[in-house]
Amino acid sequence: MSNIPANLKYTESHEWIRVEADGTLTVGVTDHAQEALGDVVYLELPEAGRTLAAGEACAVIESVKAASDIYAPVAGEVVESNQAAVDAPESVNADAYAAWLFKIRPDAAADLGKLLDAAGYEAVVANA
Amino acid sequence: MSDNHSDAPLLRTPLYDLHVSLGAKMVPFAGYEMPVQYPTGIIKEHTHTRTQAGLFDVSHMGQVFLVGPEAAAALETLVPVDIIDLPQGMQRYALFTNDTGGVMDDLMVANFGDRLFVVVNAACKAQDIAHMQKHLSGRCKVEVLEDRALLALQGPAAGAVMARLAPETAKMVFMNTATVNLVGVPCYISRSGYTGEDGFEISVPADKAEALARELLSHPEVAPIGLGARDSLRLEAGLCLYGHDLDVNTSPVESSLLWALSKPRRADGARAGGYPGADVILGHIANGVSRKRVGLRPNARVPVREGAEIVDADGRKVGVVTSGGFGPTLEAPVAMGYVETALAKVGTQLSAMVRGKPVPVEVASTPFVPQRYYRG
Repeated sequence: MSNIPANLKYTESHEWIRVEADGTLTVGVTDHAQEALGDVVYLELPEAGRTLAAGEACAVIESVKAASDIYAPVAGEVVESNQAAVDAPESVNADAYAAWLFKIRPDAAADLGKLLDAAGYEAVVANA
Repeated sequence: MSDNHSDAPLLRTPLYDLHVSLGAKMVPFAGYEMPVQYPTGIIKEHTHTRTQAGLFDVSHMGQVFLVGPEAAAALETLVPVDIIDLPQGMQRYALFTNDTGGVMDDLMVANFGDRLFVVVNAACKAQDIAHMQKHLSGRCKVEVLEDRALLALQGPAAGAVMARLAPETAKMVFMNTATVNLVGVPCYISRSGYTGEDGFEISVPADKAEALARELLSHPEVAPIGLGARDSLRLEAGLCLYGHDLDVNTSPVESSLLWALSKPRRADGARAGGYPGADVILGHIANGVSRKRVGLRPNARVPVREGAEIVDADGRKVGVVTSGGFGPTLEAPVAMGYVETALAKVGTQLSAMVRGKPVPVEVASTPFVPQRYYRG
């Protein structure tokens, strides 16, 4: 059974989101996603300063088998991406919640209420 | 190839329960539910096969006997390969060609003395069997072996493991075949495989397949390996995957498989032509081709995958990638594809388009990882 920490928010497309004290969002892919993808060998992450629409495909995660898109959970601006994860893509498999991918500053209008809580995401995984 | 051509329920091999008990992730492949990976994952499975020995279930492939004194001469009417002079106890790579010189499938043919043993790809087996029945059944018996599984044991420890089970296998060299008793039943084995490593393919009666798999897995060097690592292993070994690197629209010459076209079947050979599309293929040998299959090494970390366009420095499309991914032994991406013949020289710098951006790739010799077949 995959690990779904209670303190995070989630999307149906298997991103996790941590709401930081300064209001920025840290985004990664879930343990369930890394397990489904298998060995991660390449990450392509958005540049700082890029403006994202909610649901926009903004990053790519590649396993040995295939390439998959990662989506912006809400609209906002990219603050930082995780070069350490780019340099060691296997860190996503080792701990998907430690290997964050990018941070965004959400638009004022962004609706965080649409994000799933752990129970909501657990239901998504159970029905997958 | 992964195409599932019908809505029929997925078939299972005799090892299905074993795969599930080993924690395999099962996926649809060529009409079968097959293990794509086990819990250790593709990279570890790949590395295990290169360093020790991996056990693969390839029971979805088609196994056929062509029985009778005319079997070799009959089969030669379908393949551009010397079958008549294939020595008993030897296996050879062959291709079914079509009337336009394309490749219908690639296959292995072994001479068992009174019969030929043919192994064809899973996704093509219905077509191949119909093709052989239509064209060969007047001259030999086409006997489909429905009740046999096929296992592959691959890797540098494969020889030692097999020798513990059947000491007589130690003297077999690459492409030798033999009938050997394993787990109390006669098995057809060949010293060959699809990984670039030394190893064996073992045809075993279906009802003994699990016992044989468990016996092989009981040796400390042997781990179960899924189709994911099978694909990365064959790609590093520069071996074609039918339906991707080879198809009905590619001739064997375009596919850089000239080595598989036996001399006696070429223009000045003793049995020149006489197979479907011979005029096209012999023309390709004589006059050259406009495109060729090549190895490609991306000069970047990003994998370049099937379908990516290959462009020259001016952005002109000069080819397409037919197989690509990450090579765990090289710890780098590797690919194969077709490019214009003028650009097929090793060292040529091109680009492959990945998500709209050019990734530099260099035409490279294959295999990417040295083959380590046992030749005695």
